[in-house]
Amino acid sequence: MSQLIQLGSNGQASIVADTWTRVVPPAPAEESVRKQAGKVVLFKLTGEQTYSPEQIANTQIPATGKILVPLAVWQARKAELQARLAAGELGIVLATNETAETLQAEFADLNTLPIIAIYVERFADGRIFTLGNWLRTRYGFKNELRAIGDVLRDQLFFHKRAGFTSFLIRADRSAEDALASLNDFSQPYQGAVGDVPVWRRIQRA
Amino acid sequence: MYKYDPIDQQIVNERVAQYRDQTRRYLAGELTDEEFRPLRLQNGLYIQRHAPMLRIAVPYGLMSSKQLRKLADIAKRYDRGYGHFSTRQNLQLNWPKLEDTPEILAELATVEMHAIQTSGNCIRNITTDQFAGIAPDEIIDPRAIAEIMRQWSTFHPEFALLPRKFKIAVSGTQQDRAIVQAHDIGLEFYKDAQGQMAIKVWVGGGLGRTPILGTVIREHLEWQHVLSYCEAVIRVYNIHGRRDNIYKARIKILVKALGIDDFRRQVDEEWAHLKDGPLTITQAELDRVAHYFEPMPYKTLPAHDASFDAAVACNPAFAAWVKRCVHAHRVPGYRAVTLSLKPHGKAPGDITSEQMHMVADLADAYSFGELRSSHEQNLILADVQLSDLFAVWEKARAAGLATPNIGLLTDIICCPGGDFCSLANAKSIPIAEAIQMQFDNLDYLYEIGDLELNISGCMNACGHHHVGHIGILGVDKDGSEWYQVTIGGKQGNDASIGTVIGPSFSAEEMPGVVKRLIEVYVRERSDEERFIDTVRRLGVAPFKAHVYAEKESA
Repeated sequence: MSQLIQLGSNGQASIVADTWTRVVPPAPAEESVRKQAGKVVLFKLTGEQTYSPEQIANTQIPATGKILVPLAVWQARKAELQARLAAGELGIVLATNETAETLQAEFADLNTLPIIAIYVERFADGRIFTLGNWLRTRYGFKNELRAIGDVLRDQLFFHKRAGFTSFLIRADRSAEDALASLNDFSQPYQGAVGDVPVWRRIQRA
Repeated sequence: MYKYDPIDQQIVNERVAQYRDQTRRYLAGELTDEEFRPLRLQNGLYIQRHAPMLRIAVPYGLMSSKQLRKLADIAKRYDRGYGHFSTRQNLQLNWPKLEDTPEILAELATVEMHAIQTSGNCIRNITTDQFAGIAPDEIIDPRAIAEIMRQWSTFHPEFALLPRKFKIAVSGTQQDRAIVQAHDIGLEFYKDAQGQMAIKVWVGGGLGRTPILGTVIREHLEWQHVLSYCEAVIRVYNIHGRRDNIYKARIKILVKALGIDDFRRQVDEEWAHLKDGPLTITQAELDRVAHYFEPMPYKTLPAHDASFDAAVACNPAFAAWVKRCVHAHRVPGYRAVTLSLKPHGKAPGDITSEQMHMVADLADAYSFGELRSSHEQNLILADVQLSDLFAVWEKARAAGLATPNIGLLTDIICCPGGDFCSLANAKSIPIAEAIQMQFDNLDYLYEIGDLELNISGCMNACGHHHVGHIGILGVDKDGSEWYQVTIGGKQGNDASIGTVIGPSFSAEEMPGVVKRLIEVYVRERSDEERFIDTVRRLGVAPFKAHVYAEKESA
């Protein structure tokens, strides 16, 4: 059973087969432990390195098929990935501590990418929404924008409004059940990606 | 006040349905504690020391009598027959059952109420001055913009999971009563040189573990841009705010780390993309919402009322109440009344279901069916005729709501503390009660005059102790409860954060400590000087010397 929910051009959501293979760098040799006073919740901060050079060098890239690769892997191994990009078989995974600006610097026209995925390590990391919004509004990205990682149904409505068009539901949850939550609210107040505030949408008494 | 249209009602109804299903899934084990946590918090539900706590939103502190009756009935049916007004102008129930909360929210929805975003790492209830719309020193009634901002922030798709909670206050008066400087964003409305409504924007204020007063990020913001500007501020915060340590996650830490100039530069850069876009508020939308906040149908009344004057002259108890609990009104012949939720020896801010019904009746009979909650945890009847004040006083007194102590030492701001709150390090309610009993002599209270005493049970500072003239903070030392005292804090335009006077005290010592602080003030004050003025003039040294000298000799 596929865990991928996709919005069709008519806005209708359906569960579809995932045609993209996610390329994941190997685990680091040792997990760096950050020591700090206070209650540490360990979110990676903006600008922090996502993967080490060793991890990037040791990343296995399948020889064929459509692949989603981390931005850092693309940056380090552009030469071998260029052809895949040209063939429309390469998408980028952005982590929430990376910036849309860095991605833009890599691709003069983001729409050469058929897909951008944003990986959220923990659902409570709301940076994913701003990143989605930026890619859609400021950087003009028009293709598939996918939420991956700790993606749960209770955030889907927000993901959708922040410009995401597909959602890879966490493996241990039912994508079937998650479908309904995309329509939790019928007339939201504020504007969002592709939407204007209610007072510009509807004549209110 | 604002009235829901079908869209508002639908959003609240849909929220009830969504939350009902989330609760069902949690109880069925389909959601973990960690996953359910932000969901319940954004519906106002905490898991507390003894039971859940439900925080019901009172947007900018405004309620109808019908809503208050519903709150009374909910408190009776689902709780222990009372509620607690908080410093964010909301009402908290301390003993509901988790299983009942969907039903409570469904009942609230029938009177245009909810518990949306009263907690969680999102934009919280927007607060303002309890005298909005009637204060003589008001320049702009901020309620319409506050309502527009309430709608904008409700289920904002980008700001549902911020690094930390986010609090916004609006003020439209000369004398700030909304503590705009102690909020993540403070919006101070004024009229600019062209006579247009403009906003001075403060950012990065907040109490808690690291108390910081806000900084002006923009002196002049045209009101049409308030949403886009706030969106730019919060967007920068959402991306760059610390998420690795919850104690350093508030926007104030980011502003401090970057410096206000760099932070402003980033906000302006972001705002350039949003300014003049769809978020720009139209005059038509402002007019539509402002229509709900038009002045009440006031009668044309003389500025004086003979029966009122006579009652003040011959009834000292009434006169005392008028002096402390009755406030100026912009319309001749009208006054605002504060119903004190600070009777001596009771938990500040608490109100029983019977009292809520009583207050609703008073609002219907004497104040156009409306009332307000204040961040000082009292209730306000905003539009009472002079000639009705005596009747209001008699009824309020019979209900235990006329303690003439507003603005005095016993009008204590106090969080629920260790009696209820699972975060608290120490109890705060018994400290407040002990101090109230120590200063039960009203004549002495009047002699002390205006004094704000704020108590928090932990460094989260829900009791705003940093901005109290006297602030008391509960601290934990080796597993027992101690209290740290600050003096010199102040809210308002010249806000300040209080200074710690020295080592902490035991609970039993606290009434005596306050007494000795007052002794220094009474000894040292010059004419007309308030406690805060004396502290500012002399510094903490003489206070410290007296308090600790007594302690050592004891």
